[in-house]
Amino acid sequence: MSQRIPITVRVNGVTYQREVEPRLLLSDFIRHELNLTGTHVGCEHGVCGACTILFDGQPVRSCLLFAVQADGHDILTVEGLAPDPDHLHPIQEAFHEAHALQCGFCTPGFLMTLKPFLEENPEPTDEEIREAISGNLCRCTGYDHIVDAVRIAAEKMQK
Amino acid sequence: MKPPPFDYYAPETLDEALALMAQHGYGAKALAGGQSLVPTMNFRLAAPSVLVDLNRILDLSYIRTASDGGLLIGAMTRHAQAEKSPKVADTYPLLHATMPNIGHPQIRNRGTLGGSIAHADPAAELPALLRAVQGRIKAQSARGSRWIDADDFFTGFFTTALAEDELITEIHLPPLPAGSGWAMQEVARRHGDFALVGVFAVLKLDASGRCEHVRISMFGVGDGPMLAETAMGVLRGEKLDDDAIATAAEAAAQKDVDPPSDVHATAAFRRHLVNVLVKRTLTQALARAAGQEVTA
Ligand SMILES: Cc1cc2nc3c(=O)[nH]c(=O)nc-3n(C[C@H](O)[C@H](O)[C@H](O)COP(=O)(O)OP(=O)(O)OC[C@H]3O[C@@H](n4cnc5c(N)ncnc54)[C@H](O)[C@@H]3O)c2cc1C
Ligand code: FES
Ligand code: FES
Repeated sequence: MSQRIPITVRVNGVTYQREVEPRLLLSDFIRHELNLTGTHVGCEHGVCGACTILFDGQPVRSCLLFAVQADGHDILTVEGLAPDPDHLHPIQEAFHEAHALQCGFCTPGFLMTLKPFLEENPEPTDEEIREAISGNLCRCTGYDHIVDAVRIAAEKMQK
Repeated sequence: MKPPPFDYYAPETLDEALALMAQHGYGAKALAGGQSLVPTMNFRLAAPSVLVDLNRILDLSYIRTASDGGLLIGAMTRHAQAEKSPKVADTYPLLHATMPNIGHPQIRNRGTLGGSIAHADPAAELPALLRAVQGRIKAQSARGSRWIDADDFFTGFFTTALAEDELITEIHLPPLPAGSGWAMQEVARRHGDFALVGVFAVLKLDASGRCEHVRISMFGVGDGPMLAETAMGVLRGEKLDDDAIATAAEAAAQKDVDPPSDVHATAAFRRHLVNVLVKRTLTQALARAAGQEVTA
């Protein structure tokens, strides 16, 4: 029989203790064990970026980590982005205003990629924005509205 | 598309990791950043029975100045650490210029230098960089440790000189020869994708302006990182004018590579890219050797 390993993980400020099989992907742990289905799974080989989460504050692919590796680590998913249930995060507001999503499948990955990016680069150039989102695929928007949204979000976050 | 079952160990010291590698032998794989290994497991192209996760071995992650003035880099150093390191920017501009070409920001936050070199993807940047600068790889096992020259390390398609029980623990990048110039250029369909073709060049002129030292390494064109041996031979001892550079580039494209045709590019297009990129890198390296500013 395969192993089951106890892990303790903080996700969006809540501490969870679970026993997991080593082969369980972190993306599946988040979606199926924690029922946080905002983290999307597109490709499971690191290419699409839909599964991007913050792992100790850094954007990473949750489909390329095993849940066991998250033991003792701090995770933020899109559900933890808004400050409270009645307000959106400035990046979410900007996506809404700039029409930066259509089907929305890619959106959580973009948002989680952009949060640390804008915190570190409060006034990015368009080139820097495009580089920052180069690891996230969107089949709907054509990206221009996403770049617009990032500019708007940068302004909002300065206030 | 889920990985098959495996046993998982997360040792906190290198000694424990080496003992696990020795104990489990062929079925065991090291897990570094997971950015190449996990995709292959998700698609069941790889099915290791044991994973030895190196991520808890904190002292394998560092960037130090070597006694020869080059760099010693711990195997578990993340791409993003090297990319953002002021020490790398100051002492090894070639590595600094290379890092942003490896995948995307999220990939660089996890992927490691040791993992990239052990994986030996023929289209990867770092193996070719190591060959261009004549770097060395430190391999350790419970049996002991040895240094392997980059020229001997990459033995074929995704294959290296590492034994089953060996781990890469450190990479040595010797300093470039004093007064030399360098360049790195690649062509990818989208920024961050694996390159169709990429080229590194390092060269140095002697007092009379003739080529005293030259290394041209290429990726994306064969089973692993390759040297453009014929092109290097064309240049050695010569004045590097436009004609010499054009001749070398043509030699690299026609004689030094036998590139694959695949969905990404035909062999003929890859040959064309080799020609263009060898020309560009030599021209840039020459300008840098002459102390000129070069913008990528
Ligand atoms: C979307 C995407 C784009 C990418 N683009 C690029 C790119 O443009 N250029 C590029 O070079 N790479 C690219 N990569 C690959 C990335 O750089 C990987 O991080 C790297 O190739 C492997 O490093 P890793 O630390 O993730 O290794 P892992 O995936 O953990 O391991 C890879 C292999 O090396 C072995 N291994 C790892 N560490 C050691 C060690 N210390 N000793 C012995 N064996 C070891 C493992 O057992 C495994 O077989 C991309 C990856 C993705 C997902
Ligand atoms: S699902 Fe993880 S990158 Fe596509
Ligand atoms: S909004 Fe549909 S994929 Fe981006």
